[in-house]
Amino acid sequence: MHKATTVKILKFYPGKCTGCLECEEACSQIHFKTKEGKDKSAIRIIGKNNRYQMHVCDQRGLCLDMCPVGALTRRKNGVVWLDKETCVGCQACVGFCPIDAMRKSDARIEPFKCISCGSCVSACPENALELVEKTIDDIKEVVYHKQGV
Amino acid sequence: MVEGQIPTEDYRTGNTKHTWDTKKMRAAHKILVEYEFKKEDIKRGYANRTLYVNLSTGVIKDKPVTDEMKKKFTGGRGFGLKLLWDSIKPTTRWNSEENELIITTGPLCGTTQYAGSGKSLCLSISPSTDIICDSNVGGFFGPYLKFAGFDAIEIQGKAKEDVIIVVDGEKRKVTIETAPDEETDSHLLNEQLTHMYASEDTDKSRQKVSVVSAGRGAEHSFWGCLNFSFYDIRRKVPRMKQAGRGGLGTVLRDKKIKAIVAKVERFDGVSNNPADPLTLVKVGTKLHQEIRDLDRYQCNMRTVGTGHLVEIMDEYDLLPIENYRFGSFPKASKIYSPHFYKLFTKVIPDGCWHGCTMACAKTVDGFTVLTGPYKGQKVTVDGPEYETIGCGSNMGLWDPLWILEFNFYCDTYGLDTISTGTAIAFYMEMYEYGILNKERCNDLELCFSNAEAALEFIHRIARGNKGEFIQVASKGVRRVKDWLIKKGWGDRQLIEDTGMESKGLEYSEYVTKESLAMQGGYGFTLKGPQHDEAWLIFMDMVNNAIPTFEDKAEALHYFPMWRTWFGLNGLCKLPWNDVEPSNNAETDEPAKVPEHVQNYVDFQNAVTGWNVDKEELILQSERCYNWQRAMNVWLGKGTRKDDWIPYRSVGPVTEMEYVSRKERYDEQLVDKLGLSEKDVEKMDTKEKMKILYEYRRDQYQKLADAVYYRRGWTPNGVPTPQKMKQLGMDDSKMLTMLQKKIDDDEKAGLNAWGSKYKKGEKPPGDDQRYWETW
Repeated sequence: MHKATTVKILKFYPGKCTGCLECEEACSQIHFKTKEGKDKSAIRIIGKNNRYQMHVCDQRGLCLDMCPVGALTRRKNGVVWLDKETCVGCQACVGFCPIDAMRKSDARIEPFKCISCGSCVSACPENALELVEKTIDDIKEVVYHKQGV
Repeated sequence: MVEGQIPTEDYRTGNTKHTWDTKKMRAAHKILVEYEFKKEDIKRGYANRTLYVNLSTGVIKDKPVTDEMKKKFTGGRGFGLKLLWDSIKPTTRWNSEENELIITTGPLCGTTQYAGSGKSLCLSISPSTDIICDSNVGGFFGPYLKFAGFDAIEIQGKAKEDVIIVVDGEKRKVTIETAPDEETDSHLLNEQLTHMYASEDTDKSRQKVSVVSAGRGAEHSFWGCLNFSFYDIRRKVPRMKQAGRGGLGTVLRDKKIKAIVAKVERFDGVSNNPADPLTLVKVGTKLHQEIRDLDRYQCNMRTVGTGHLVEIMDEYDLLPIENYRFGSFPKASKIYSPHFYKLFTKVIPDGCWHGCTMACAKTVDGFTVLTGPYKGQKVTVDGPEYETIGCGSNMGLWDPLWILEFNFYCDTYGLDTISTGTAIAFYMEMYEYGILNKERCNDLELCFSNAEAALEFIHRIARGNKGEFIQVASKGVRRVKDWLIKKGWGDRQLIEDTGMESKGLEYSEYVTKESLAMQGGYGFTLKGPQHDEAWLIFMDMVNNAIPTFEDKAEALHYFPMWRTWFGLNGLCKLPWNDVEPSNNAETDEPAKVPEHVQNYVDFQNAVTGWNVDKEELILQSERCYNWQRAMNVWLGKGTRKDDWIPYRSVGPVTEMEYVSRKERYDEQLVDKLGLSEKDVEKMDTKEKMKILYEYRRDQYQKLADAVYYRRGWTPNGVPTPQKMKQLGMDDSKMLTMLQKKIDDDEKAGLNAWGSKYKKGEKPPGDDQRYWETW
């Protein structure tokens, strides 16, 4: 079986961002067919004093080992993918994500996450977002289960 | 190998593979009864009906769950008590036709967002105790039973030949089928039935099937447990959790049930149709995060499960060694959790129900079996948990591999590791004293640390060996005590004091000698000596937080009620206090973990749509707790004499025990009994032991006085009609029965304090008939 060795993740150029949040709107359009953004967007732009930060899944895949029903898998393109049909809504992945990038909207019980689809990149009028390719082995992490650390 | 991020299909256990023709096996089934039921949605945690199956008559029907029933009994174990009360008689024993085996769920059971929400509660009249035994267990069966459409399954009568009961939530059918060709031992049978009843040949399909079974050991002993399966999509085996205590597997096999299968078509995170799913997610995610951040610094549950307790118990002199003679031992370091950590496979998640991130269910894959019928095969062993490792130290087994062997065979034979281990430890001590010997043990050299003999003993039970010793010994400590005394092989007092049972049930694995409150925690339980009602050792012995009888009685009221609550709802107790918020120590009552109590208030309200507070949770428990005690009275037990505990759990029985902790005991004679140091020095050990014996026995009776008083019972331990009415439990048959018992006790002079209070000592109340003025 073909196994992904690389994955595309989002890179953010804070200097270019103006905080227009069109990326969030594009993202919620993908996940919930709405332009609401915010809680319904997998990418979040957090602004403070005209300085912006991006908050989004980095595809490390720590959540893969959390799913009791196998709803989370790494797809052929390397992206960590949540299958809504298999998911039983336990929120283990949400609770254990070290950067809180597995999102949960009030709209449904199953969480959602960035799938590196690039719609936020296309939507950004300032070219502040880019998808860059990373080697999975360089970024992957496994869930904690060591004794005495 | 990188541990983790292994695609589910790629993980290999290395276990011995079996090839069975499950189609052919299934074709050999004869369907005896078939019952179709309508699909009904779960409403706010309740399926609103229970399933009744009678194996003698072939009747299958559903019974409605009324609002009245929910109000009085909440669900889970409470429903089980109600169903038993309606079905059995005071003369019913474990193997009576009318005895029932009940598996219940509870309104919160099946929730996936909050860790530990998949417990089933099993009830029956126990072969060991002749009263109700309730046993809680993980695995997928309970949630699947509910999602198939039933809050409980109630099985009465006996089949003529081996049958399986299938609750098929997909086809909406319940069937009773013969099952002539399947294996009986659980690790094989569960695998066969999981494959047989999965709708498709996929792991996801197999994960939607759960099996309850008990192996051959359950047929021939009083220690039968129920193995509840949960299919692991990574290991590709149906793993198991046990409803261990009280011989419920023995009841299952006596009814000629080989297995019960539950199956669902699909379910999701809101299959309970909770009133407020957003709050569930909020509270559940908060707990996941707490476990993520704190477990590694607190209990290490995710890493080694409850096994982390072994080193702590050994350090505090609480780990049972050689039939509870000692609480710590140098060799115990060989079975500390790091040794098991090396053997556990690190494939997360390990919860016994979806969404349990506490994940204490640890597993050894590819374990090579050392003895018996499966010798040489490679198998998955679920566990060992703390109690099973504690059985190891109790029998003097200091090799983790032998503990795994013991664990594997107990599970697959359907034997409760706790009762089996505690009983063998007692037999080993009797062997050491020559009360038992090779000849009396049917050629088994059952001395401490003889792992081969212990395993051979278990194999013989499974084979149904007819030797006198095996026949008696497989029925437990109480029967062996009577047998040894009848044979005149040893001193009656020594035998009674050392055999660790109360009410006929074997003790679980804690040494309670230095904690009076915990002696009560074992003694004043409903079903027998099990730590699921209260675990007060640290509070009492280490922190000295409950110094007076009144304090101890309050703890022995609150904690049993609180812990009972989990069983009414289909929950596991561990996520309550085996992880604590980081600021817990600064709260008013850290032992209660107030923030988590509030979580449970929010949890129950979010599922059921009720508006309860924490006091109401305790009331829910009090109703059922008192009801169960009253049923014990009805069944002929449930009084002070039945709350008797063996002296081994109270103080040093033998001189060796006294001498091994001489400083401690000598000091107590001075500090607590007011003897002078000089006098103590002059006394011989026997004399000192006698004084200590009388003192500690009396302390226990004083504690009973205080606890009964606090719980609203008579001084003989009988729940009063006044108390029952206060709780809204107004069943007139029950109230009349209790009043009659209290009147009889009055005539027999039993409504009196158990201790003689000396000058300066005060009984709990001034009026001995206190309950009448309520």
